[in-house]
Amino acid sequence: MSPINSPAELERLRQEILSKRDPKKPCIAICTGTGCLALGCGEVVAAFRQEIQRQGLEGKADIKETGCPGFCEKGTIVVIYPEEICYLQVMPEDVAEIVLQTIIGKKIVDRLLYNDPITNEKAIHVQDIPFYKNQLRLLLGNNTRIDPQNIDDYLALRGYSALAKALFQMTPEQVLEDVKRANLRGRGGGGFPAGRKWETTRNAPGEPKYVIVNCDEGDPGAFMDRALMEGNPHSVLEGLIIGAYAIGSHEGFIYVRQEYPLAVENVSIAISQAEEYGLLGKNILGSGFDFGVKVHRGAGAFVSGESSALMTAIEGRVGEPRPKYIHTAISGIWGRPSNLNNVETWANVPLIINNGADWFSSIGTERSKGTKIFSLVGKVNNTGLVEVPMGISLRDIIYKIGGGIPKGKKFKAVQTGGPSGGCIPEELIDTPVDFDELTKLGSMMGSGGMIVMDEDTCMVDVAKYFITFLTDEACGKCVPCRLGIKQMLELLTNITEGKGDKGDIERLKELAGILRDTSLCALGVTAPNPVLTTLQYFPDEYRAHIEEKRCLACVCKALVSYYIDPSKCQACLICLRNCPAQAISGSKNEIHVIDQTKCTKCGICFEVCPPRFSAVKRTSGEPVPPPPSAEERVLVRAKAKH
Amino acid sequence: MATIEPSELDQLIDKYVGEEGVLIQLLLDIQQEYNWISLEASKRISQRLNIPVSQVHRIASFYKAMSLVPRGKHLVSICLGTACHVRGGQRIMEKVEQLLGVKAGETTLDRKFTLERVNCLGCCALGPVMVVDKDYHGKMAAAKIKEVLENYD
Repeated sequence: MSPINSPAELERLRQEILSKRDPKKPCIAICTGTGCLALGCGEVVAAFRQEIQRQGLEGKADIKETGCPGFCEKGTIVVIYPEEICYLQVMPEDVAEIVLQTIIGKKIVDRLLYNDPITNEKAIHVQDIPFYKNQLRLLLGNNTRIDPQNIDDYLALRGYSALAKALFQMTPEQVLEDVKRANLRGRGGGGFPAGRKWETTRNAPGEPKYVIVNCDEGDPGAFMDRALMEGNPHSVLEGLIIGAYAIGSHEGFIYVRQEYPLAVENVSIAISQAEEYGLLGKNILGSGFDFGVKVHRGAGAFVSGESSALMTAIEGRVGEPRPKYIHTAISGIWGRPSNLNNVETWANVPLIINNGADWFSSIGTERSKGTKIFSLVGKVNNTGLVEVPMGISLRDIIYKIGGGIPKGKKFKAVQTGGPSGGCIPEELIDTPVDFDELTKLGSMMGSGGMIVMDEDTCMVDVAKYFITFLTDEACGKCVPCRLGIKQMLELLTNITEGKGDKGDIERLKELAGILRDTSLCALGVTAPNPVLTTLQYFPDEYRAHIEEKRCLACVCKALVSYYIDPSKCQACLICLRNCPAQAISGSKNEIHVIDQTKCTKCGICFEVCPPRFSAVKRTSGEPVPPPPSAEERVLVRAKAKH
Repeated sequence: MATIEPSELDQLIDKYVGEEGVLIQLLLDIQQEYNWISLEASKRISQRLNIPVSQVHRIASFYKAMSLVPRGKHLVSICLGTACHVRGGQRIMEKVEQLLGVKAGETTLDRKFTLERVNCLGCCALGPVMVVDKDYHGKMAAAKIKEVLENYD
């Protein structure tokens, strides 16, 4: 393939790609993102290949391995074009039927469609499924149409047309102006206006200037960037090249965490294909603009996602942050002006260039524009990736898209913003999703993790979880963060173990203040947020732990006891066999009893006890009822009559 | 444990000679190839790239993906991301620790398993998740772990 030399050639190539494709030819798009891979989509793909061959349909139907369509709960997801029929939870054994019925017979396999749990209605097309209906998928929408390892798929969907427009119809200043006017704010968490950052780097003295994609998505419970990088890497690349043009940079880095091997692979392939097509490298599209990009793998350090730390890591040194009296936009990699944006921020750029700043700023709220991708996870029915316009309420995301809380449990809180964010309680879930609104509540937009918690979640334990995470991940360079977080962890551990003191809440708040005021980087400054928001919105839970030695959600091990309700136990031996501490006594006809002195409170008995018996009980803050006597333990089973 | 042939090691290093800021990438390659970063590898890198061994070790000890001791034949990763945590990931970790007799970050005496805690693998829908080498085991329950581990020898 010789490099494309002009926008006209790019358009010709696109027409050529389209002319080789028959829009009526069936195409089976199978999600091969990490979520579905974990569910065994590899076998589904193999089964489709085999079945297509067996039925003699080679050349008559295409198979496309795509990125993540987002509905991870129902993986493996298969979308059949041109009708856009969406099959969920597809297993290898379903494949023969799909090929026979749908590909050959043009009929629908009912049992694989989405079934609304409330109305019992089936949904045939992607857009009919409530999970998708309430989303606005500007960035993720193309994931099911693109094989990320084939640049032609991206080109067929007008890919790189924004780049051509920027390079040939706009000056770098005009591109910058558009991004500023669109008010694109950083999707990595901070929400800083991307255009202003670009401008700073553009105007900063020193050459070369660098542009960087941050795909060190370290927030636990967040995988939006991975889905974009795995599923549509060219959209990120195109945004990056446009940004480089506006900034006047000729060298870029894509920093991907090594925990995302598929993202590393797909973006590396995307880069070499773009180079081959003349979309990267020297004289891009014949415009005279040069730009090259390298992939840098992160090696597993949360703090390295911080911009100054990430740049230090690119230099090949330990990824620790530095004071930012001078912003990295002015002095970053090797002391040169370096502009870093998050994956999702870059992916928005081609949309802004193609559709205009006015179009982009018509979506969203006054100060937060466009869409945001969230990973909706935890105790919610429809786990997955959701892309919504800014301004939608948390309630709509959790209930309309997420389908509410499983097993009829009660919603308790939603955590946004990862370890730097906070927990938002039920009374505030009508809050619109917007950078500033979430900050007002003591949380933040963050990169987009949204973890739903139900009544079985202990908020003190959640605070402890994040502080434990941060203790592990703090780099140790500055004292307030290194020691302050550790002290907070000790206080929280005491509280969850029933050793909390009355003054502990005040001590936590005092430490939080010090961390916020004196830490070196955002990791320490925002570390207290999970503690402060849980203290603010769930003070009763802290008080119960400290004063009554009680964990309301029955989570904190030291405060929980397990026992077996003799009236419900059917002596089925399941808990007894699974108990790792041999703490359960009983036999086939003898009601089981937990020996409280041996019990390690691992909760396995509670987990394995069949729901129809529900004999294993948890309690906190109350004594365990005394075990039944030997006679009472004899179980008389109702015998079947002959 | 693979013994390291100097020539093979040199091949890995060759790719990076003369470039700036390559140490982390090189160490990742070595970790992937040999499952740890031995002292002899560190010394060789030091010689070839003209970097002090102390700097090599500084990086290898900072990053989670690198290990200065040999890792076991199989890597067991328990996800303790937030979504897995609220779905009982900690219980999975405790059960695996008990079954293997090691704590997170350690390797069994027979060098068969290394146990690791990871913070989110991004397959939250399947939580709690346990990964052995490249196999994902989703919706884990403490009672299922033994059976899963028995499949690896």
